[in-house]
Amino acid sequence: MKKTRIALAVATALGLAAGLAQAQISDNVVRIGVLTDMSGAYSDLAGTGSVVATNLAVEDFKAQAKPSFAIEVVSADHQNKGDISSNKAREWFDRDKVDVVTDLVTTSTALAVMKVAKEKNRIALISGAASTRITNEDCNDVTVHWTYDTYALANGTAKAVVKQGGKSWFFLTADYAFGHSLEKDSSEVVIANGGKVLGAVRHPFPGTDFSSFLLKAQSSGAQVIGLANAGTDTTNSIKQAAEFGITPKQSLAGLLMFITDIHSLGLKTTQSMYLTEAFYWDRNDETRAWSKRFFDKQKKMPTMVQAGLYSATMHYLKAVKAANSDDPQKVMAAMKKTPVNDFFAKNGTIREDGRLVHDMYLMQVKKPEESKYPWDYYHIRQTIPAAEAFQPLSASKCPLVKK
Amino acid sequence: MEIFGVPVQALMSQLMLGLVNGSFYAILSLGLAVIFGMLNIINFAHGAMYMAGAFLAWMGLTYWGISYWWSLLLVPPAVGLVGIAIERTMLRWLYQLDHLYGLLLTFGLALMIEGLFLYLYGSSGLPYEVPDMLGGTINLGFMFLPKYRAWVVGVSLLACLGTWYVIEKTRLGAYLRAATENPRLTQAFGINVPLMVMLTYGFGVALAGLAGVLAAPIYQADPQMGSKLIIVVFAVVVIGGMGSIMGSILTGLGLGVIEGLTKVFYSEASSTVVFVIMVCVLMVRPAGLFGREK
Repeated sequence: MKKTRIALAVATALGLAAGLAQAQISDNVVRIGVLTDMSGAYSDLAGTGSVVATNLAVEDFKAQAKPSFAIEVVSADHQNKGDISSNKAREWFDRDKVDVVTDLVTTSTALAVMKVAKEKNRIALISGAASTRITNEDCNDVTVHWTYDTYALANGTAKAVVKQGGKSWFFLTADYAFGHSLEKDSSEVVIANGGKVLGAVRHPFPGTDFSSFLLKAQSSGAQVIGLANAGTDTTNSIKQAAEFGITPKQSLAGLLMFITDIHSLGLKTTQSMYLTEAFYWDRNDETRAWSKRFFDKQKKMPTMVQAGLYSATMHYLKAVKAANSDDPQKVMAAMKKTPVNDFFAKNGTIREDGRLVHDMYLMQVKKPEESKYPWDYYHIRQTIPAAEAFQPLSASKCPLVKK
Repeated sequence: MEIFGVPVQALMSQLMLGLVNGSFYAILSLGLAVIFGMLNIINFAHGAMYMAGAFLAWMGLTYWGISYWWSLLLVPPAVGLVGIAIERTMLRWLYQLDHLYGLLLTFGLALMIEGLFLYLYGSSGLPYEVPDMLGGTINLGFMFLPKYRAWVVGVSLLACLGTWYVIEKTRLGAYLRAATENPRLTQAFGINVPLMVMLTYGFGVALAGLAGVLAAPIYQADPQMGSKLIIVVFAVVVIGGMGSIMGSILTGLGLGVIEGLTKVFYSEASSTVVFVIMVCVLMVRPAGLFGREK
């Protein structure tokens, strides 16, 4: 009789303890909100592929870690507009108990949602957006900028092109925050490496006809025309430059290009161009294995944004488990404490400004005859080590960085 | 030699490019003007039909090996048939109602068609090569003009003038104009007005399809190519005068040139200049430059 009582008491205590442990995660569900471009110019490089990548991360995490909490993934289209994305984030945080918002493909949406996340004390993991403002003047302690930024792009591509002898530059810039940021970072890299910038022309976003701007760039006489734009703006600029005979007399530098852009333009038009990426599916066995799983679901190879999103989601979920809590401050502390080690990043670390630093890769697009199988597009010309790839903390404008 | 600090050579080449873009505006706004003038329908699905034209050309080449030249012949009638199906099954119920209903229906259709293509083909656009015969450039002295762009100007001017001639100068055109002016009376003379209306809508839409085929080698087939252009094209139609055939042709070309010049002097404003002109024109002439007030 006594034994049974003791056993009962122990069982109750254990149950209570387990209950207490579970109570650390609010309502025992971790909700991930993928806020991305589902219908616009960037829906190929993020969009449904980002949701696929997130689901793969959740699937793998469940299989590896056998978590005691449930995980839900919700997604929405931010239409590349700041107001729409901040409204959606508010709704998710307030009503739907979403713990973390991810992806955020344009700078405007990223900056808007970071602010809401800070106000509501939730987390934002940014994979799609590019501007260095995210980890500089607009930084906060609940945001991680995961995949790449304009500094890393400029530092990779612009530096490589200047070193190859492309000393004089003219920029074709998308007329909004991202384009300006990319132009500024690239100009600095060009000048720092002994090149000079002859001028720039700003085009409306999104544009269709770039011939006028290209002719301006042509008449500038610059050796290199830097394309500080993205998506269909970049692909159309490249196509039309070839049409007007601007290339190959002057060369183009695509400062932000994704593998989907190369796929869309074809190797004939893009051959030998340099570009900087955080991820290439065909880099090693690990990246190939994951990319194949992604391809089976999406019928396209993953972009760095999608691969980065997998990595971010996985790291977040591991941190939730390690901290045994979904409290943002505790999760952020756990995320910053553990290095990121997966197919995307090796020994990646999250700095106090919210920047994940990891290796970047300088690619050169293959010639058509060098491509042996579908999506065989890049030569990896250089691995840019994490320590050099991103803006050094000493140059940071983020108030969180102690100097 | 320089004008306002811009070399004449640069100015000339931008004017030329303006003319090229203007010819796209002209052919698209012409289709809209025909449809509005004859049917009183504000056809917001026009951009989607233009996009569908480019995609049909791409599909023809990719799936069935149909060359650019055959596409140029086959795609416009195919797009026209789609238009006729839309007119027969949906639009004709709206003729008695206010313009707004047609606008809303076609706007909805445009979103659905665009969404469908985005779902099927993604947002990056699909490559379409310039046909071999039109590859390369012509040296105009002040610039190298791609042969293909010159061809586009030629074809669209021909299509525009041909349309204008048929509607304004032939017997068929006279019937058409009569049918819009007074459908009942025209029908009383034994002319099949519903048939004419159907064919007119089909024709207007086919012009959009033609523009789509012309655009495919320049811009690639991209699901959002129509929505990027349609608002500007509507502004062109409004400036030219809703329903005025010659008006839409001339304003299309003119605005293309003005836009080109804006790109020379202050490129940031090039996407807004058309709308600034629209506001100015509407203040002075509410019916548009070539429109007649009713």
